[in-house]
Amino acid sequence: MMLAANMFIGPAIDWFKVSPFLFMLGGVLLLILAGSLTPQWKSGAYGIVGALTAAGSAVCTAMLWRDLGDGKPTSLLANSLSFSKFSLFATFSIAIATLLAILVASGFLVREGEDGPEVFALILSASIGGMVMVQANDLIVMFLGLETLSLAFYLLTASSRGRSASGEAGLKYFVLGGFASAFFLYGVALVFGASGSTNIEKIAASLSKDMVLGGTSSMLLAGIALLLVGFGFKVSLVPFHTWTADVYQGAPTPITALMGSVGKTAAFVALFRVFTVALSSRSDDWRPVVVVLAVLTLVVGSVLAVVQTDVKRMLAYSSISHAGFILVGLVAAGHSASEDAGLGTSGALSYLFIYSVLVVGTLGIVSIVAGKGDNETALSAFKGLGKSNPVLAMGMTVLLLAQAGVPLTSGFVAKFGIIRAAVSTGSYALAVVAMLAAVIAAFLYLRIMVSMWLAESTTSRDVAATFSVKAAVAVCVGVTLVLGFFPSLLLQFTNQL
Amino acid sequence: MSIPILTLLVLVPLAGAIAVSFLANTNESLVKNVALVSSIATGLLTVWMLVKFPTGSAGFEFVSKHAWVSEWGISWHLGVDGISLFLVVLTGILFPLVIIGIDPHHDHKQYLVWMLVLEAGVMGSFLSLDLFLFFVFFEIVLVPMYFLIGKWGYDQRVYAATKFFIYTMAGSAFMLVGIVATAFLARRDIGHLSFDLIEIANKSHFATGTGRWLFVAFVIAFAVKVPLFPLHTWLPDAHTQAPTGGSVILAGVLLKMGTYGLLRFGVYLFPEAAVWAKPILLTLAVIGIIYGAIAATMQKDLKRLVAYSSVAHLGFIVLGTFALTNQAITGGVMQMVNHGISTGALFLMVGMIYERRHTRAIAELKGIQAVAPIFAGFFTLVMLSSIGLPGLNGFVGEFLVLIGSFTTARWWVIAATTGVILAALYLLWAYQRVFHGEPDEANKSFAEITKREAMLLSVFVAAIVFTGVYPKPMLNRIEPSVKSLLEHVESHSNYKQPEIKAGE
Repeated sequence: MMLAANMFIGPAIDWFKVSPFLFMLGGVLLLILAGSLTPQWKSGAYGIVGALTAAGSAVCTAMLWRDLGDGKPTSLLANSLSFSKFSLFATFSIAIATLLAILVASGFLVREGEDGPEVFALILSASIGGMVMVQANDLIVMFLGLETLSLAFYLLTASSRGRSASGEAGLKYFVLGGFASAFFLYGVALVFGASGSTNIEKIAASLSKDMVLGGTSSMLLAGIALLLVGFGFKVSLVPFHTWTADVYQGAPTPITALMGSVGKTAAFVALFRVFTVALSSRSDDWRPVVVVLAVLTLVVGSVLAVVQTDVKRMLAYSSISHAGFILVGLVAAGHSASEDAGLGTSGALSYLFIYSVLVVGTLGIVSIVAGKGDNETALSAFKGLGKSNPVLAMGMTVLLLAQAGVPLTSGFVAKFGIIRAAVSTGSYALAVVAMLAAVIAAFLYLRIMVSMWLAESTTSRDVAATFSVKAAVAVCVGVTLVLGFFPSLLLQFTNQL
Repeated sequence: MSIPILTLLVLVPLAGAIAVSFLANTNESLVKNVALVSSIATGLLTVWMLVKFPTGSAGFEFVSKHAWVSEWGISWHLGVDGISLFLVVLTGILFPLVIIGIDPHHDHKQYLVWMLVLEAGVMGSFLSLDLFLFFVFFEIVLVPMYFLIGKWGYDQRVYAATKFFIYTMAGSAFMLVGIVATAFLARRDIGHLSFDLIEIANKSHFATGTGRWLFVAFVIAFAVKVPLFPLHTWLPDAHTQAPTGGSVILAGVLLKMGTYGLLRFGVYLFPEAAVWAKPILLTLAVIGIIYGAIAATMQKDLKRLVAYSSVAHLGFIVLGTFALTNQAITGGVMQMVNHGISTGALFLMVGMIYERRHTRAIAELKGIQAVAPIFAGFFTLVMLSSIGLPGLNGFVGEFLVLIGSFTTARWWVIAATTGVILAALYLLWAYQRVFHGEPDEANKSFAEITKREAMLLSVFVAAIVFTGVYPKPMLNRIEPSVKSLLEHVESHSNYKQPEIKAGE
């Protein structure tokens, strides 16, 4: 096809359907422009603008979901974005996680005396990147989203000017992340070579046609492998996880929360979309690899989590273990012949939503305990919290029990959804491995609880929190309990995916 | 039934826990009273339920069923039958006694909150007729127990609490996969996804191999809980380190969740597999009986001794369960309740000894009978019930188990009988060392039992004597359900229990 300038016709844009992005983009522009042109705003005002932006985006997404009803999935912007319940739910998760992370970040920055528009603008940019990733219907668009997300994350990781660990983590993340992006892009190129398109649906159509003609070409296999490496880095699967602990520990705590929620959701949803839609006809090729990765991730993540002595590092490794759990959902979703394959996808999306809330809440509390300077994140800093600050310790306990997958918390609902998907497609052994890894990981959460409740405090520190952090944590704990008692509130939506 | 009594049994203690957690820390008596009211109310409800329970009914009574997570085919489905009836009553009565009688010494409010949450969880476990719901309760029980041991226990409490939590959770991991697999495999026979116990048990037809795998997944979880040899190692630690109240509850009702689960979920859901696994489970049970008894004999710590005696006693229950005859299972269920009463009382008294002497080492105790004869009297009676002296409650269950198992598991029974003798050995020997002889300097001031303690123990003793002398009301209520369970087993496998004609 020839493309000349005069032949270019812009795609019709249904503006309302891209409103979740527009809202975020408006927030970014407002913060950057107005923030730089006006003198320092009142303490916390930047955070409020950021939070309202994210909330607006979430509301728009919810309205789009309602409008979509039982309608068929469509695509937007000349087939570059997909518009379905799947992408809307993921967008909604990202918006909510962003909102909560901004609340944590706002209180954090005020405490550190670093309040300003930049961090919030970057957080919103990261979320835009994440939203693009989860809605992308084209691998190139997905890459754009990935880069937007990653670049914002590199900067945010290094944004704590007072701590040298922050800069170091940012640099480390940048170098390794750059590699991962390159892997991803190379994978896209090879898949394009094998299928003749970068559009996810066209790849799927082309590959399933090829399936009839001949086997899988080695070019495609290499492409799949490279894509898996690229995604594997972003969602920190073993053996691509080595950056996680250092970056999680070095980044300012609210940014760690953002990485664990928005970053993980975006990358995982994109991974699901590429592998279960574009590459679904090759699931017999990639599924065994994913099984091995899942087992490695589950076991290594849980075991390494247990031996850490810094709570942020613990949570980093536990996030790796959680990633292994979600990957089990991908294995289930890869059984395309099974009538229950969809359970893997819906299970994973529920998991991501629930985990996002948990991780923001948990790290919100860590950021409170870490105190001014964001340095007190050793396990010993939590000693005696149950006595000095029982409400905070109780909240942390709920969140940790949920991460351990104890019933009547949302974490159990998440785990159950994945186990259900795995079992329904016959992966019994994998389900057992996942549950046993969860037991190992439980030991880690118990260690934190022991420190809070059962150990005597050696020093008395008062932990003060600003209202916005407290509000964010309260919401997270509330959601965790409510979804634990009434899982239907979430399942009625994820069941439609 | 207009009043959803079973739902109330779960909700009343839970409401009590929530109420207590909102009270001020400083008002200790109010905190205690609120906790007492809710636990006593629960206890009265169980008694009322016992009175209303129709004798001779084999099915589930007072059933309440509501949709909970309809997307996943999960419902709030509670019911009680002869097998669970007395366990529920035991739970209902034991908790207020523990709350009244045992002082946690510090952080009363938190202690009571966890106690009440524990009660709600235990009640739920015994009442659930939905696999998912059962798992929720079975697992949630770990959290309060973890804190009770970890916060109010003795020196090694954190180690013991963590071991308890991790062990049980590891067992449950298998069960959760088993539950989900059961529901999904049964979907074909039922037509929709359901976690309903009765529906699955009656409508599903698992292939022989599948059923056995699923059975194994369930049994691992219950074997940890019971605990069955060789998965018992958490128990002595947990028992020894737990505060007295925790030990009483742990021995009294928590362990029964394992033996109850074996009957309700193991045997009932997978009859063929239960028959298949009979030899190995009987063997493990008998090993537990003998090993527990020998280990108990060797203990230097009185509390550890009682803990190991639990391993032995629960071996008898498992023996009875998998002997698969009416008498043996009825005896097993009796033994579940009786062990709860006797061992609960033993732990209570070991706790009283510790309160007075701040040691549980047998070597440091001597001649208590001389200074505290009434206390010694109570101890003797409870000990004899634990040994299984005729006329006391322990005898009824143990005897029924042994006699009922003789037709189907002769050699195992013969081996198990030595456990009865060993029980006499370790308990009497311990009694001799602790209570007989001349009290030395440290034991001279051993205070006699107080009025409050005596009243508390009297409840246990009354139950011990009444059940021992007149077990018929209990047996009449347990037996029909056991019979219908075995009929279910016989109709779902090619197992037939041997007929015993009168006069043979």
